[in-house]
Amino acid sequence: MKLKGKALKFEKMNDDINTDYIISGRYKFKIQDPYELAKHVMEDLEPDFYKRVNKGDFIVAGENFGCGSSREQAPMSIKYAGISCVIAKSFARIFYRNCFNLGLPAIEVDTDQFENGDEVEVDLDNGVIVRTGRDLSQHKIKIPPLPKTMQTLLSDGGLVEHFKKHGGFKL
Amino acid sequence: MGKTIAEKILSNHSGKDAKAGDIVIANLDYMMGQDGTSGVAIDSFNNMGAKKVIDPSKISIVIDHSSPSPNIGVSTIHKKIRAFVNQTGINLYDIGCGVCHQLLPEQGHVVPGDLVIGADSHTCTYGAINVFSTGIGSTDLAAAWISGKLWFKVPETLKLIYKNKLQKGVFSKDLILYTIGQLGAGGATYLALEIEGKEIDDMSIDARMTISNMAIECGAKAGLMKADKKTLDWVSKHAKRKANPIEADKDAIYKEIKEFDLAMIEPQIAKPHTVDNVVPISEVAGTPIQMGLIGTCTNGRLEDLRIAANILKGKKVHKDCRLIVAPSSKTIFLEAIKEGIIETFINANVAVVTPGCGPCVGTHNGVPADGENVISTANRNFKGRMGNPSAFIYLGSPATVAASVLEGKIADPRKYL
Repeated sequence: MKLKGKALKFEKMNDDINTDYIISGRYKFKIQDPYELAKHVMEDLEPDFYKRVNKGDFIVAGENFGCGSSREQAPMSIKYAGISCVIAKSFARIFYRNCFNLGLPAIEVDTDQFENGDEVEVDLDNGVIVRTGRDLSQHKIKIPPLPKTMQTLLSDGGLVEHFKKHGGFKL
Repeated sequence: MGKTIAEKILSNHSGKDAKAGDIVIANLDYMMGQDGTSGVAIDSFNNMGAKKVIDPSKISIVIDHSSPSPNIGVSTIHKKIRAFVNQTGINLYDIGCGVCHQLLPEQGHVVPGDLVIGADSHTCTYGAINVFSTGIGSTDLAAAWISGKLWFKVPETLKLIYKNKLQKGVFSKDLILYTIGQLGAGGATYLALEIEGKEIDDMSIDARMTISNMAIECGAKAGLMKADKKTLDWVSKHAKRKANPIEADKDAIYKEIKEFDLAMIEPQIAKPHTVDNVVPISEVAGTPIQMGLIGTCTNGRLEDLRIAANILKGKKVHKDCRLIVAPSSKTIFLEAIKEGIIETFINANVAVVTPGCGPCVGTHNGVPADGENVISTANRNFKGRMGNPSAFIYLGSPATVAASVLEGKIADPRKYL
């Protein structure tokens, strides 16, 4: 799987971005349509973030991304807004699991050098990220191998597809 | 080699000799969803092509987060939930019953030694009665409904030992707020907590649940305590199923052991807008408050209501302030009525609302206005959490909230106790 797009970082916050920021309770509880929800993604952290996303872009963040509530609507809004992958220094555990259940890759690498707008290519099969900085210099970052359960969920396209394929857990 | 509580429970439920870091597929004793997460779970269940759940007697959905419904969007989801309940024969706690994390232990669905999942991050609450219980997402819940199992990576364990005793007027909520302030929001990510100390032993089950409830706020997978006589007595009054208490081996291996001295801790406050932004109350005392909340899965139990009522008895909420109280279950509500607690609240000009999550999650029952400061017994104070990103939420114990709404500003409760 090869993914290509721009790195989207948040000016106001890098670490501990919680799932209330990703999708607020005042939308999550009453909107069922994921495309409708996606319009409100990250709204309380950056109004109109949704308009900044081009299909294929990456959210890039620091430590403990997705902490707080277990709401699956959080990775769902990210995915349906057109983000192809979330890259962070570390993830909160329920959010991490939910990403792979939805077929949305979540990658843990040091993101300190990433800047807003960097061109990024993620090659999941070969386990490498190529980041092109503003000065056009290219930087290769090795992706630590994903646990086998995560790899299986991703290659099946998420947990729903996995269950349709196997009728149960085959991890 | 010895095992931790987490390693033992996951070994028991997977039939494997599981150690931290292993991936196991484990059988679940109970599965829970609430009205914010079950809609998506039902969609996933249907998309997976399933028609039946594995065992309806092991499944509950609780309508608590927006209960009763505040708008058509939520009503549509509630209707979908009720239809699914009828179709599958699972148990439903409808509006007015209470909060999921109070109902599951209170109604006897979970016992010591169990492995339990819930589509709500505060499912870790039942760790207080020696249950390995953890929060998961909606699609995982659907998979669990179908298979009765879930995969787990066995977590390493962080042991927390509390030394000495809390001062009078300093409660279990202050203990856990202090701890989260020390560990940080990601300080226990992927770890199970084992929580012990003389102060914990002396606490009621209600007070212990407040602590385990907030394990997720430092990123922990579970907030486990051992089952002592108090636990087993409490469980025997609520559950028919046999308890299987699990204790860590003396030679269990821990990632880290941290000790905290409780003797010098003041009442604590988590300032806006993160749960780990914790300070002693003296640093923020005097901050004007417009609204208070006592309730939620963290602090809506009988002991919490009693403490608040004792402070408010014969007095009135400050004229520039309002207090909302949401008992965590109808059982608690009834008991509080019998004890005269509800009468005390109403006479103090408190707004008592239906058992449920109340305004904690921002859907109804008390959304703050722009610029307002709220003091709450809830477990989260994220920006926008209570429905208004332009409001400010401070977290504290029930005693702190009661004292603060009397004065119309953040106030140390110790002068009232």
